[in-house]
Amino acid sequence: MDMSIALILSQDGITNGAIYALLALALVLVFAVTRVIFIQQGEFVAYGALTLAMMQSGVLPATVWMLVVMGALVTALDGGLALKAGQGRRAAGVAGWNLGYPLALAAALGGLAVDELPLAVQVLLTLAIVVPMGPMMYRLMYQPIASAPVLVLLIVSVALHIAMVGLGLLFFGAEGQRTPAFSEFSLELGPLMVSAQTLWVLVVSALLIVGLYQFFGRTLYGKALRATAINRVGAQLMGISPTLAGKLTFFLAAFIGALSGVLIAPITTIYYDTGFLIGLKGFVAAIIGGLASYPLAAVGALAVGLLEAFASFWASAYKEVIVFTLIIPVLLWRSLTSHHVEEEE
Amino acid sequence: MTQQTQAGAPSNANAKNPVLEVRDLCVSYGKVEALTNASLTVGEGQIVTVIGPNGAGKTTMLSAIMGVLGSHGRIAFDGSVEGVPEVERMVARGMTLVPEKRELFGEMSVEDNLVLGAFQRYRMGKRDHAQTLEEVYALFPRLKERRDQAAGTMSGGERQMLAVGRALMAKPKLLMLDEPSLGLAPLITREIFRIITELRRRGVSILLVEQNARAALQVADYAYVLETGQVAMQGPAHELADDPRVIEAYLGLGGKHQAMLST
Repeated sequence: MDMSIALILSQDGITNGAIYALLALALVLVFAVTRVIFIQQGEFVAYGALTLAMMQSGVLPATVWMLVVMGALVTALDGGLALKAGQGRRAAGVAGWNLGYPLALAAALGGLAVDELPLAVQVLLTLAIVVPMGPMMYRLMYQPIASAPVLVLLIVSVALHIAMVGLGLLFFGAEGQRTPAFSEFSLELGPLMVSAQTLWVLVVSALLIVGLYQFFGRTLYGKALRATAINRVGAQLMGISPTLAGKLTFFLAAFIGALSGVLIAPITTIYYDTGFLIGLKGFVAAIIGGLASYPLAAVGALAVGLLEAFASFWASAYKEVIVFTLIIPVLLWRSLTSHHVEEEE
Repeated sequence: MTQQTQAGAPSNANAKNPVLEVRDLCVSYGKVEALTNASLTVGEGQIVTVIGPNGAGKTTMLSAIMGVLGSHGRIAFDGSVEGVPEVERMVARGMTLVPEKRELFGEMSVEDNLVLGAFQRYRMGKRDHAQTLEEVYALFPRLKERRDQAAGTMSGGERQMLAVGRALMAKPKLLMLDEPSLGLAPLITREIFRIITELRRRGVSILLVEQNARAALQVADYAYVLETGQVAMQGPAHELADDPRVIEAYLGLGGKHQAMLST
């Protein structure tokens, strides 16, 4: 292997690593706040990429109907509760957000020639469809069992993952999709050609990480999520409801997933079931961070990305095996070095 | 006058404008009834204490009032009846609980812990936490010195101050304290009780659960004795402090100790 190949592989590795880092951060966040292992993170990636691809081929993305159905269910549950409690205005608000918004979105998409819209608008519409599914999913599937053991929550996640893959096949078909690059230029750095899309991935990931850091460090809502992760009872006594924290967390995770999908859609061909492998690699990175440390998870993600890139050069048939085998030494190392975490006080 | 309680009997007649009125509150864990028809009243600006032995249901009672635990009974807070109390709504309406275990955010700074105490107010659009923070710092200068320190690294007394300070950030009408002196050195206990009286002076109503009956009866206006989930006695705090049964059961130990020491 000469230098230029190593550079190209590194570039690939870092680009993929940046995406894995975003997914790993979302996984750590979701687990810390809600104790849910967010297996279906990868499906949000695939849904983001494929929804954008459908729009670009001029088809009304079927995901919007999924949003309508989920919204209708949330409206039936929460609106019904609000009506029962005689809170008519609250019921109207619930219906507006969960039913009115998806229907308005569907109507707008049906009325517009979506394939002729500028890319930025298509990306925004994609996020507008896929991201609200996160908090709705929390409301429908996890909120009723919020205090269940981690294993039960995990089983629900696996079920949702399988359901979302199946629905993905129904919505998007079995063929893979690739969207055109965001912009058509490339940067020459010595022997290395850096494509515009690579820069997009790196810059957006970096901005998102900085943004999340600011959100958790400076805003009261960000601090409230951290507080919930540290001490659920304490947070509840401050009026930070676990429901609010869960919905907010799932919103962020869905946003990160869908945006990652949009970012990598021009680099890799995405199939309805591609998300699982991508999400799983984010999960390996999150495990390296012990599902608790954000910086370690990010470093782990870069390591996973680089390992994957080099493995695909040396032993391309085994690249997934090599990446997932990484979990074994990491788990050994963690079990030898980490101490049992005591309950607070 | 100290009175043996009949269920539902009106009491705490000194309480004008009751902030909290609890009637016939029952809580059960499965088949075990932890609280049976407990009633109590906290008047505006009063310190009301609930004393009693370990396992009498004191913490259970606070948790049920706050909505952390499910319960049956009638809870009226600040003039309106709560069907099923729900923690977030109770906080929003001006009730806060400083739990026995403090439940601080150990890895976060003292200041972040305090600011989070104002979360519910912030959510409702009352964004005056910077000013409230200064008021809390004035009450607990020690917390201001340690504002950037992680809460988990502080001493027990400082953590208790932080827990109380964090609760005050919500600007509560009713502050409920569960065993604030538990595990603290006598000097710090005295400081905590000084602050409790200072808070009453500022118009905060306080419901204080304590095993340290002597200290609690000294600061309180009215007191309830809880035994095996039922209100066994109640009366103005100074009268209960002179009641022979209370002296024997809850204040006697100190006396015995002194007697043993002096012989």
